[in-house]
Amino acid sequence: MMDFIIGHYNYWVSIFLMMVGFYAVISRGNLVKKIIGMNVFQVSVFLLYISISTVEQGSAPIFTEGVELYSNPLPHVLILTAIVVGVATTALGLALVVRIKEAYGTIEEDEIHELDHTL
Amino acid sequence: MMQGHLCILLVVIPLFAAPIAAILPRGRLPWAAALIVTSVCFVLAGMQLWSVVQDGVVSYELGGWAPPWGIEYRIDAVNAFMALIVSGIAAVTLPYALLSAEKEIPEHLIPLFYSAFLLCFTGLLGITLTGDIFNVFVFLEISSLSSYALISLGRKRQALTSAYQYLIMGTLGATFFLIGVGLIYSQTGTLNMVDLAARLPQVSSLNTIHTGFAFIITGIALKLALFPLHLWLPNAYTYAPSVITLFLSATATKVAVYVMLRILFSVFPSDFVSTTPTGDLFLLSGIAGIISASVYAIYQVDVKRLLAYSSVAQIGYIALGIGFASFTSLTATLVHLFNHALMKGALFMAIGSIIYRVGKCHMDSIHGLGRQMPWTFGAIIVGGFSLIGVPGTAGFISKWYLVLTAIEQDSWISVVVILVGSLLAAVYIGKLIEALYFKPAVDSNPAVNEVPFSMLAPTWILVLANIYFGLNTELTVGVAEHAIRVLGVTAE
Amino acid sequence: MIEVFIDIILLSFIAVTAVAILRMTNLFAIIMLFGIFSFLSASLFAVMDAVDVAFTEAAVGAGISTVLMLATIALTKTQKEKVSVSHRHWLPLSVVIVTGAVLVYGTLDLPAFGDPEAPAQTHVAPYYIDKAVEETGLPNMVTSVLASYRGFDTLGEVVVVFTAGVAVLLLLGGKHRISDTGTNEIEKNEHSLILRVVAKFLIPLIIVFALYVQFHGDFGPGGGFQAGVILSAAIILYTLVFGLDAAERVIPPSILRILASLGVLIYTGVGIVTILLGGNYLNYSVLGDSKVAGQHLGILLVELGVGIAVFAVLLVIFLTFAGRGRP
Repeated sequence: MMDFIIGHYNYWVSIFLMMVGFYAVISRGNLVKKIIGMNVFQVSVFLLYISISTVEQGSAPIFTEGVELYSNPLPHVLILTAIVVGVATTALGLALVVRIKEAYGTIEEDEIHELDHTL
Repeated sequence: MMQGHLCILLVVIPLFAAPIAAILPRGRLPWAAALIVTSVCFVLAGMQLWSVVQDGVVSYELGGWAPPWGIEYRIDAVNAFMALIVSGIAAVTLPYALLSAEKEIPEHLIPLFYSAFLLCFTGLLGITLTGDIFNVFVFLEISSLSSYALISLGRKRQALTSAYQYLIMGTLGATFFLIGVGLIYSQTGTLNMVDLAARLPQVSSLNTIHTGFAFIITGIALKLALFPLHLWLPNAYTYAPSVITLFLSATATKVAVYVMLRILFSVFPSDFVSTTPTGDLFLLSGIAGIISASVYAIYQVDVKRLLAYSSVAQIGYIALGIGFASFTSLTATLVHLFNHALMKGALFMAIGSIIYRVGKCHMDSIHGLGRQMPWTFGAIIVGGFSLIGVPGTAGFISKWYLVLTAIEQDSWISVVVILVGSLLAAVYIGKLIEALYFKPAVDSNPAVNEVPFSMLAPTWILVLANIYFGLNTELTVGVAEHAIRVLGVTAE
Repeated sequence: MIEVFIDIILLSFIAVTAVAILRMTNLFAIIMLFGIFSFLSASLFAVMDAVDVAFTEAAVGAGISTVLMLATIALTKTQKEKVSVSHRHWLPLSVVIVTGAVLVYGTLDLPAFGDPEAPAQTHVAPYYIDKAVEETGLPNMVTSVLASYRGFDTLGEVVVVFTAGVAVLLLLGGKHRISDTGTNEIEKNEHSLILRVVAKFLIPLIIVFALYVQFHGDFGPGGGFQAGVILSAAIILYTLVFGLDAAERVIPPSILRILASLGVLIYTGVGIVTILLGGNYLNYSVLGDSKVAGQHLGILLVELGVGIAVFAVLLVIFLTFAGRGRP
């Protein structure tokens, strides 16, 4: 039982973090906060991937004389790509927030809804 | 020599053109570049489909590395057909885009606008052609990011909030997809679709695989606006610039449907749909989507929003086809996907033409325009009939096949739902035709003329295609049947 | 055992930070906490042997994302998040609980953390570990998978960055429509002589470091992406100290836009050249006399494309955000 928990808590903590981020995205009305929540969600997914790639006693996947056991380089590559995709989405999302503020005068979801309905 | 590189050129040509379009001077040069690129891609996609149907599956090793270590492009009849739809719609959209975009997009943004359009086009083709599941994620994000930006260019401020809403939902979808891929990878060690298909049956009873499957499907369902995950779609389609609404409605959701089919039937063991509740969930979503979205459509006063809800309903038909998971139903799905691209393309072009002339498309502001813009009105009638499923139009064919499947499966509820859906479509299309033709013209509207030929011609190409593929079913049904057989689903 | 210990401590810190981000309402504090969250995650990546990922997460999450978020709250003049008294809090909460439960269910038969016999460690990946050094001549396996085996993904990644640049220019590049009072412009910091002197010393050092990261990525952690981020950070620092106008005099925005396109074109172009030389798209082996020499040259070129594109796009994005506040 103890072994099972030690072997899996990394996954569970990353799931907990994902859900914190996910909750921030779907429950909060502030447009900046949503984007930050999204970032937390994504970074936690990266943690899950890197947890999958780790090999006990392994070293970083850079060839070194005399080292036999390396961590899995493939998830590292995938996550490098995903980090870049994440920052690209964040930049675009924030640019939209700036424009929404200019057009509505607020970045709170319910106030925006009200403004659109009173028109 | 280029023959072997066809599939990669389809993606590389627009990919190369996009950064160039971004730095071209203002004026019509960026548009011309996009026009040439999409037309070339259309021809290449045609050649690709021909070669796949003749000689079978093409596998292309990117970087010269054999799969599963390198990324593979794997073209069969299914994705060659999809690539043809995407590039065909792009190629007819561009001649139309010239005037419509000049009217709706600020002049200094035109080069970036076409650059973003090409990026979106590249992304959609990339998703379609790849044989690597992580590569799907990357190109999905290229097409998504560019669509968010393009949607936000609409003239009303709601375009910004719609784009934001779509960005949040789309990114959640993509992240779900990413989680699913990670879980599947953890139990198989591979990302190549063919390799996955070979390795998944041995591990298909594991929790991890079931969870991964659920996450991948939910992620794609968000992207394809499957009911009840469709909430982003009506806003996005209503407030986007006309050209973008027309392009995205005819291609983006279709590509998502393709990914869904590929994952459900080629990557995962194809009995996954019937042995898990997946199939029933699709049927349920389809039935609820057809009825509720069609009813919603009737009450809309903005014509673009009306058609957007109609798109959600049409996705419902596609969900029904996926849910039945039989040879006939999947053939119907694929044919409907093609036909729906034709009809929504034609309808959104016609509505875009009205916007080009009067600047809006509110039900009250289009009264009597049908008499002043006869060709545009004709396009709406044919497109609308096709949407309803009147015999002689393309829409009839796909609905006919769906009804056949439903009867074959003894699902009388679905038969009723499909027929009721058609009746409801007749109501909202009827409302539209009534407003356009039978209501007296609004006084505040000055007399308007028909739109220029460069906008009418693309519209009518799609209109005629609606009629042609309604009469001659050999081509669409033949290719679709071939494609479904390639997916691994055969008639019993 | 010590690694497990560090792992647990870092994870707890990260969890606490995430909950604080969720619960706080002061946006400035939330953004700072997000920077810390990202930095802690980067440390954890490093502990888990993902050095390249750690490097990138620190530069991007704790660096670029945080700066952009700060710029956004400055432009929108929003300090606090409004806590809505929504009646429907149970809905998001139940969605999250169900999603989390499904995920936990999915992990129950995952191989234990660090298991060398896990499927992910025994299929596909061993090939890279055994062959990458020999086939590409690079000791950093992450670089060889990134730039060669899965080079097409990386091309996609560069295009995603480019798309973000195009998108931000489409949204914020034009003229300001509603001008409101107050200046958010990053003003020239005339008073702090020390800051300016320090910056003048630091910026060349950062640039040198960026070049080192660019060309040393084959051997150690780093590569075009990280170099591009660091180089743009140097110019961002310059902008913060000497003002936007001075920065735009050093690197005019029009040049940056051309550089952004150029970076993508270099990467795409290398692929086209390999086709013309008779190989498949992005098969660098045909570029040199020997397979390994070709791989080496190809990877060098595409990493250069990545570096240029990332540097230019991130800087364009930052300058566009900054320029939006100009009166």
